[in-house]
Amino acid sequence: MSSWIHKTAAEQADALAAGEVTSVELVQAHLDQIAATNDGPDGLNSFLHVDAEGALVQAKASDERRAEGQPLHPLDGVPIAIKDVLATKGLPTTAGSKILEGWVPPYDGTVTAKIRAAGLPILGKTNMDEFAMGSANENSAYGPVRNPWDRTRIPGGSGGGSAAAVAAFQAPLAIGSDTGGSIRQPGAMTGTVGVKPTYGSVSRYGVIALANSLDQLGPCTRTVLDAALLQELIGGHDPLDSTSVPGKLEGLVEAARSGAAGDLSGVRIGIVTELQGDAWSAPVVERFDEAIEVLRGLGAEITEVSLPSFVHAMAAYYLILPAECSSNLAKFDAMRYGLRVTPDGSPSAEEVMRVSRDAGFGDEVKRRILIGTYALSSGYYDAYYGQAQKIRTLIIEDFKKAFESVDLLVSPTAPTTAWALGEKTDDPLANYLQDLATIPANLAGVPGISVPSGTSSADGLPTGIQFLAPVLEDARLYRVGAALEAALTERWGGRIVPSSYAQEGE
Amino acid sequence: MSQLSRDEVAHLADLARIDLDDAELDHLAPQLNVILEAVASIQGVAGADVVPTSHPIPMTNVFREDVVVPGLTPEQALSGAPASEDQKFSVPRILGDEQ
Amino acid sequence: MSTRELVDFDEVVEKFDPAMGLEIHVELNTNTKMFCGCPTAFGAEPNTQVCPTCLGLPGAMPVVNGKAVESAIRIGLALNCEIAEWCRFARKNYFYPDMPKNFQTSQYDEPIAFDGYLDVDVEGETFRIGIERAHMEEDTGKSTHVGGSDGRIHGADYSLVDYNRAGIPLIEIVTKPILGTGDKAPLVAKAYVAAIRDLIVALGVSDARMDQGSIRADVNLSLAPKGSDVLGTRSETKNVNSLRSVERAVRYEMSRHAGILLSGGSVLQETRHFHENDGTTSSGREKSDAEDYRYFPEPDLVPVAPSREWVEQLRATLPENPAKKRARLQQEWGFSDLEMRDTVGAGALDLVEQTVAAGAAPQAARKWWLTELARRANDAGVELAELSVTPAQVAEVQALVDAKTINDKLARQVFDGLLAGEGTPEEIVAARGLAVVSDDGALSAAVDKAIAENPDVADKIRDGKVAAAGALIGSVMKEMRGQADAARVRELILEKLA
Repeated sequence: MSSWIHKTAAEQADALAAGEVTSVELVQAHLDQIAATNDGPDGLNSFLHVDAEGALVQAKASDERRAEGQPLHPLDGVPIAIKDVLATKGLPTTAGSKILEGWVPPYDGTVTAKIRAAGLPILGKTNMDEFAMGSANENSAYGPVRNPWDRTRIPGGSGGGSAAAVAAFQAPLAIGSDTGGSIRQPGAMTGTVGVKPTYGSVSRYGVIALANSLDQLGPCTRTVLDAALLQELIGGHDPLDSTSVPGKLEGLVEAARSGAAGDLSGVRIGIVTELQGDAWSAPVVERFDEAIEVLRGLGAEITEVSLPSFVHAMAAYYLILPAECSSNLAKFDAMRYGLRVTPDGSPSAEEVMRVSRDAGFGDEVKRRILIGTYALSSGYYDAYYGQAQKIRTLIIEDFKKAFESVDLLVSPTAPTTAWALGEKTDDPLANYLQDLATIPANLAGVPGISVPSGTSSADGLPTGIQFLAPVLEDARLYRVGAALEAALTERWGGRIVPSSYAQEGE
Repeated sequence: MSQLSRDEVAHLADLARIDLDDAELDHLAPQLNVILEAVASIQGVAGADVVPTSHPIPMTNVFREDVVVPGLTPEQALSGAPASEDQKFSVPRILGDEQ
Repeated sequence: MSTRELVDFDEVVEKFDPAMGLEIHVELNTNTKMFCGCPTAFGAEPNTQVCPTCLGLPGAMPVVNGKAVESAIRIGLALNCEIAEWCRFARKNYFYPDMPKNFQTSQYDEPIAFDGYLDVDVEGETFRIGIERAHMEEDTGKSTHVGGSDGRIHGADYSLVDYNRAGIPLIEIVTKPILGTGDKAPLVAKAYVAAIRDLIVALGVSDARMDQGSIRADVNLSLAPKGSDVLGTRSETKNVNSLRSVERAVRYEMSRHAGILLSGGSVLQETRHFHENDGTTSSGREKSDAEDYRYFPEPDLVPVAPSREWVEQLRATLPENPAKKRARLQQEWGFSDLEMRDTVGAGALDLVEQTVAAGAAPQAARKWWLTELARRANDAGVELAELSVTPAQVAEVQALVDAKTINDKLARQVFDGLLAGEGTPEEIVAARGLAVVSDDGALSAAVDKAIAENPDVADKIRDGKVAAAGALIGSVMKEMRGQADAARVRELILEKLA
């Protein structure tokens, strides 16, 4: 029998409820795994900050509640990791940037508050691309994250830390943020499950904004059921987030449980015409086609649908995102918090701002700020930002039309498996192309899930399959995702895991 | 679409208050042009009849009651400040006027 | 830029037509800020009214204060504006240390209210001021400058920033170009700002304290050669913070522009600072083309779409139309046209109304505000409404006069006391010993003394020359150090010499 860390979050919760384990034991086991695998030349570097002491204090309190028969939530006592993009009171929050090194927020983001209120001990903060800009996690100011499947490879980005932490059994649950695929694509690269919920269904309050109209927090887990449990915990309307949708999405866990039974008869799934072709590597397509056959076998009706405006999605995205982020990141000016670099002499506030921002931001951040500044400049606004917002309308219309004939859309999550660290470091466009399949969901606000579709016949690295559902229909993702997961797991004879982290003593 | 000149990139950096040195300008300017070339494809795709979308989920009139809620203590507010004095944020001398 | 002669105002209006544009920022008196639940009280200890949102901390988000939207709509309606059926907030991007996010959340091309007007009266003539727009935005923090010569921004060593004010709701009211005012331009500008202030007070949406910055005016001015329809280059004089300053700023800028134009120079498009001490302006920041605010819709907020039902409900809460109100009050008070015009012109209409409401007779109320108090305001260089004397206090003073506790002359001393903050009128009368002597014994003795000292005058009165009594009254009042009721003194003299 494998150790506690190899159990899913649902299993850990059940064990806590059954009195088979304590939260302190669970937290300690995960802290041990982090200690053994995070640092050093071969370390994953998935955690930027580990709060061993705080997590154990919270675990002890959880055990006491449970002893009194008063757990706060079914996941009370199950440890969790939080992407460093979300404000955590008393815990450093850097968004992977040097400009926020050492910043300790005096407040909790709403999702942090929900996690605390449910009693989940917070293990620490996970590494990420600086301000969530990247597809490889190589843009972190604190060094890249390594892929647990192959430590010479990237784990995907921007949420490489959360995905790697979950894949390497450092945490059963992690919070990610997805602006153009930052939860789903690392999920695919690490053989884990990642969900981008419907825009506005999980509060963004406390999330250091990359692109406000695209950002969404979501779960990073090893199973579809765990993701459903976590999304139900963190979702719901928040009066502190004006873009938060009313009400709360219900029935996600139920959908995951019923989906696992495997009956998809009557479910119409559309393969996106525009997300096929030469950009998609053969091993990824191989696993994708296989998964489609499995879905067909479960009773799903598979058709092909065209969403013609998808071809413009990437261009629209790389205008809207830089525009919004160029403004969002203006606040990092060395006046109220964060890095202040004071040049010699008697510099003015403005000079200090310029020098500090130059020293504090990495290249990718600078590139996007400059592109965004350009896209919003007078004289260019209509041609760039305005046009991009119109493309967005066209993409939303494409989705609406497609969902008249199918219940879900499907595509590979990412065009390739994880590439080598350093391979595309200074080629921004090559990185951008990674998000081809994931970006449209963010532009339209629809929910998406990536589940493992297997491992590549070429390099043995994991591949992912993505489902997209209409706005607020996140439950469909869980039903179909759980059905496919169950069928594939059976076919594989167990979940796919990075072998060197799958057993104790490694 | 026209290419961004080095001077134009320097102007953008100026607007964005980033002190780019020559080496950085040399490095970043060509990269920006590659990106801009890639995104320029959308120009003219959507006509005047297409309404721009700024929010994926359309909502209106999200208001807050005019009721005071507790904020931060001055200590919390100033906790991340690079410098402070007299319970205020200390900043280098300010050039120029407010807009 | 070389300094040029200021041109005499008469010559300016002879040779040029002024065009004005006024931007007024009104700080709303909501309990909380525009986008967060922080309080808005003036004068709190630094950084005690802040939260993650108004401090611009990473991750924090704005939520619109519904009450501020309501106030904006009411202001728009009172300015005869259209109310947008759908509008958005936008980010105005620029860097400045007292602006926590380095963008101001404002409105750009979709203001909540637009295309209205406000009529103002100047010397019997009515000017219709076109309102371009009224939009919602947030205030900035406040910096104090340390070191340097005089605590001003230039030459300071460093600055200290307090963000209590950051995020307080502002309504910016922008006029259309104000043309054709000629030599009345300074007065029209002043009357317009006064009218906005009165309207804001009547709506109850702001403290409307210019001295505390809750109403701030920016004055744009340009000159065109007489008869030309091409507008000249404008200057923008920022933060002109009293009614009198508005008038002076316009007058000064007109003379300054004319000086430049007549000597063949060209006016710089720039912002300027007004100096209260000498009524001049000085160069601020040059407005260049490089300035680019990169406005775009605020992605953290959703559009504001006031329903027509809501707008009509708010319309029903508007105070009386000022012109109708004036006609009604004139009739109620029995004022002549001239008296009414003077009252309005002095900015005393609301003050008189409130004084009457507190119990004073209309003529008495008018008399105090337009003579005694107007003189004091003028001496102090402030507006009537800015005096620290309230309508209720004026009514109290008049009540003391009516009760013959004091006379008009003593009342002036009571006003001195009020302005010096010595307490209520009654307290001042007591403390300063101002009550008139109604004790006939003391008065009688004083009258006897006056008669004895002025036998010639007494004789004339005995002979029926009653007009001569004035001389005796004078010496009695002198003896009583003014604390006597002159009418009673007169009665006593006539009784004794009958």
